[in-house]
This record gives sequence, structure tokens and C-alpha cells, in this order.
Amino acid sequence: MEIGNLQRRYLDFASTLFHEGFLDNQFTQLQQLQDESSPEFVLEVVTLFFEDSEKLLDELSRTLNQQAVDFKKVDAHVHQLKGSSASIGAQRVKNVCVAFRNCCEEMNQEGCLRCLRQVRNEYFLVKNKLETLFALEQQIVAAGGSVPMMW
Amino acid sequence: MASSRGGDGERQIHVLAVDDSSVDRAMIAKLLRSSKYKVTAVDSGKKALELLGLEPNVNMIITDYWMPEMTGFELLKIVKESSELRQIPVVIMSSENVPSRINRCLEEGAEDFLLKPVRPSDVSRLCSRMR
Repeated sequence: MEIGNLQRRYLDFASTLFHEGFLDNQFTQLQQLQDESSPEFVLEVVTLFFEDSEKLLDELSRTLNQQAVDFKKVDAHVHQLKGSSASIGAQRVKNVCVAFRNCCEEMNQEGCLRCLRQVRNEYFLVKNKLETLFALEQQIVAAGGSVPMMW
Repeated sequence: MASSRGGDGERQIHVLAVDDSSVDRAMIAKLLRSSKYKVTAVDSGKKALELLGLEPNVNMIITDYWMPEMTGFELLKIVKESSELRQIPVVIMSSENVPSRINRCLEEGAEDFLLKPVRPSDVSRLCSRMR
């Protein structure tokens, strides 16, 4: 596929991610920090986010499926997930975390389990979207083009 | 603007960043390096104190508030109570906007309090506060 088409496809895809609320302005901030001294910065940070989140989701599952749930521990994990998702601009994940923390405060196990399912869904959705975004970038570079700026 | 002199006579500001989140550590380190600061990033207050004990040539400490084992506030207190370390400005970062927490930190001697996610404009603001 011709470079111009690849670039257009990339920009269209990226723009829907913002419109559908998967990503917010913080993701743009991340992209703006990428430069010649750290040309893979966005990929590196997002990879850290993936690793961190999957560990947290497993921990949350373990903690919430105990007989006696330690809600403080659940809250601490959700707080972490909320923080890292906010840091990379994963807006929908962050928003579910806000609701999740309310369920923790109410010590509502059912509510928490529901939130866990939701946050897990949102996480895997955004992960998939970001992986697609990175793949589109790679295609452009492989074709000899440069990745267009979104701002 | 004060700065530390390295072995080769080059003036470079050295910031110690403390955050248990790997994502946030990468972010704050990048933000600071983009402003040409030398950065050492550690994941706990304990490691921060170990480093400070070995290498007091740190011009600023920037720490997350909520960390397991030792909070940023506890780290702040220890630094301000130490005769060797107390002149190092300490900046606290937090994802939560809690006025009582902010006040407590400022009263304990924090130089500034930044809300996460930290922006480049927040980092430029800190420039004048370096020792």
C-alpha cells in the first residue's frame, strides 16, 4: 500500500481512538515527549503499562475471590491501575477505576467483581487498539514513510 | 541557578525521582531529562535514602505521595529532619487533589506539590526551585 494511504489510515484510526474516548490528551502528551534521544518512548511506556496492568488485574482477581475480601488491598491495586492508566491517557480504563474505588469504599464484593469484569474488558480493548496503532506505525516506517503527527 | 559540578567540571542538575509505579517513573524521568537534568529514578523511599546516603549531590527530590512501606510524606519528613539533607528541595506528586494533604506537605517543608499526570509546564516551574 502506498505511503500516503498508510498515513491516512493511521490518522483516521488514531482519531477514532480519541473520539471514542479510548485515549485522551495525556496520550498526546506522551507522543510529544518522544524524540531522537528516545525514539521508542511511547512504546516503552505503553509496554510498562501493559505489564503493570496485567499483574494488577490478576492480583485483583485473586484478592476479590477470597472468602473474606481485603477491600483496602483491592483499593490500593485499583488506585495503582487508575494512576497508570491516567498517566498514559487510557481514559476508559481510568473511568472504570473511579467507579471501582467507590465499590471498594462501600465494601461491595459483587459491585467490585462487576467493576473488575468491566475494567478487564476496557483494558483488553485499549490494549488491542494500541497494538493496532503501533502496527500501523510500523507499516508506514517499513514502507519508507514517516509517522504523521496527530496534533 | 545553583547546580552541582560533576567530575568533568560540567554543571548538571541532578534530580532524584521516587515512584513505585514503573509507568510514572518512566514518565517523570523523561520529563526531567527533556529539561536536560540528570535523573536517578528509584522505586521506594528506602532506596532514595540509601542513594542520598551515598551521593548527597542531589539538587532536588521529586517523590510520589502514595507508596507502600514509606510514603512521600514520610520521606519528606526524614529529609527535612536530617542536617545533611534538609536543604535539598523536595517536591511531592500525587494523583489525588486532597487539600489537607497538600497543606500538610507544604507545612512539613515541601517545595511544591504537583498533581499527576505531571506536565512539562510543571517541570519548567520547578527549575527555579533547584538548590
